[in-house]
Amino acid sequence: MFKDIEHLIRLAVVMLIALIVFIVVRAHVVPRSFGQYGHYRGAALGEIASRPVALAGHEACETCHSDVADLKKQGKHVVVACEACHGAAANHADDPGSIKPAKLDTAILCARCHEANSAKPRGFPQVVTADHANGVACDTCHQPHRPKIDLQPETKGTKK
Amino acid sequence: MKITRRHLLVLMPAAAVAWKFVLAGTPEASPNYQLTEHWWAMLMDLTKCIGCGSCVRACAQENDVPDGYYRTWVERYHVTDWKIERPQVESPDGAKQGFPANELSDGKNFFVPKLCNHCADSPCTQVCPVGATFISPDGVVLVDKNYCLGCRYCVQACPYGCRFINPKTMTAEKCTLCYHRITKGLTTACCEACPTGTRQLADLKNPKDPIHEFLKTHSVQILKPHMATGAKVFYNGMDGSVR
Ligand code: HEC
Ligand code: HEC
Ligand code: HEC
Ligand code: HEC
Repeated sequence: MFKDIEHLIRLAVVMLIALIVFIVVRAHVVPRSFGQYGHYRGAALGEIASRPVALAGHEACETCHSDVADLKKQGKHVVVACEACHGAAANHADDPGSIKPAKLDTAILCARCHEANSAKPRGFPQVVTADHANGVACDTCHQPHRPKIDLQPETKGTKK
Repeated sequence: MKITRRHLLVLMPAAAVAWKFVLAGTPEASPNYQLTEHWWAMLMDLTKCIGCGSCVRACAQENDVPDGYYRTWVERYHVTDWKIERPQVESPDGAKQGFPANELSDGKNFFVPKLCNHCADSPCTQVCPVGATFISPDGVVLVDKNYCLGCRYCVQACPYGCRFINPKTMTAEKCTLCYHRITKGLTTACCEACPTGTRQLADLKNPKDPIHEFLKTHSVQILKPHMATGAKVFYNGMDGSVR
């Protein structure tokens, strides 16, 4: 009955070899972490998470620039993070000696937030910069970190 | 043919080597961050947005987004009474430089910042033929740029237009919800730079997150709810004309 068993064994060996080849090739081709969390490369999570940070965050700035932070706390710009104005500065925070944030042009900077626009919420302080500043740089009158202008600075000064 | 000891001696090590590859794949260690303890989302309070584009600039700097492409952008809606179903939407350079003083001041005007909605049932991940885009266990839709073919299926599948092909790498790119920041305990670049608190990163699995109180007391909406994407960017004060 099993006189032709040799054929079956040969077939079995061929299939075994094919299986082994499949397993080896698959192991080489499919990344190690594929399927770790789902149908994707689990290691991608770590790779994406390891990207360096460009914005240091205002807490980092405030540790060194406590004078600016204190000034900013006195006015409404307390809610505006340093890097919203100064741009990404993590490389400056890491190496303040050699890398400085670029100088800012207040005519562009302040207008982005404060240029009058009917789509802005009503309560937000806005000006038509062309009429309001007349080409004068905003920081000649406003201190950028504490922008409120006390309307009678002279009388205040003389009262003391 | 007979299977001899010799055959076995050849086959067994081969099988053993193969087995080693099958069993390999130790989990990537991510220190101090538990994937299962977070479920990220974002709150967008449109009543506060001033359209300054700080988020767009911060995103571009943080993520090296090429010029002319946007992972987040701000739209300005202009809706007039008699054309309420056809709002006029503009977003010059994605609002990277904010919005110029405008002439369209009649009717109703407001800003709508947009970004990937990090959908819980995202259409974009479902169409990927190779498993290069996926929803992470903490609820962020990501692209594995080393695995992406650049076939653009996902770009077409996203109903919100949040994906693009990076012209340098020719792979799909999108908002990562600053995955490299939120896994380090920082907020996203856009939320960091937002001056008005319009954008707030939210962790739905954190019971102490202020979003829970906000969601309880406000009527928030998501974009295109009829598409059942499970979008996780919640808009407060959103007008019905927003697409
Ligand atoms: C490690 C301390 C440190 C940190 C953190 C730091 N800075 Fe500085 N920063 C300095 C020093 C030192 C200077 C140089 C002061 C000088 O030369 O007058 C400086 C100068 C500056 C200047 C002025 C540059 C100029 O042209 O004079 C700006 C603007 C600035 N920092 C912004 C930031 C911001 C925004 C952050 C947060 C991302 C930050 N800094 C974080 C130490 C720091
Ligand atoms: C509203 C926008 C704005 C914000 C917010 C802001 N700055 Fe400035 N900052 C300016 C402008 C404008 C200047 C002056 C022009 C320049 O130096 O580029 C300036 C100047 C500076 C200077 C150098 C001159 C000085 O006054 O000492 C430092 C240092 C500085 N900023 C740090 C900070 C830090 C730290 C923060 C966050 C706590 C911050 N700034 C937040 C707009 C801003
Ligand atoms: C990133 C956006 C942003 C930028 C840039 C910015 N501001 Fe502001 N500004 C704000 C916000 C937010 C407030 C607070 C509004 C509120 O509380 O209603 C504010 C408030 C003000 C106020 C009102 C202060 C008060 O106490 O009433 C003035 C004045 C002002 N800013 C001037 C400036 C000037 C000048 C510049 C340029 C140096 C500037 N801002 C740049 C966001 C910005
Ligand atoms: C010549 C000085 C001067 C210059 C230059 C100037 N401002 Fe002012 N700004 C003022 C004074 C004074 C006030 C306070 C007026 C008031 O409260 O009615 C003011 C008020 C403001 C307010 C608050 C308005 C409100 O409704 O509360 C904003 C915002 C503002 N300025 C932004 C700017 C911006 C942006 C620039 C630059 C384009 C600028 N200012 C340039 C003098 C100046």
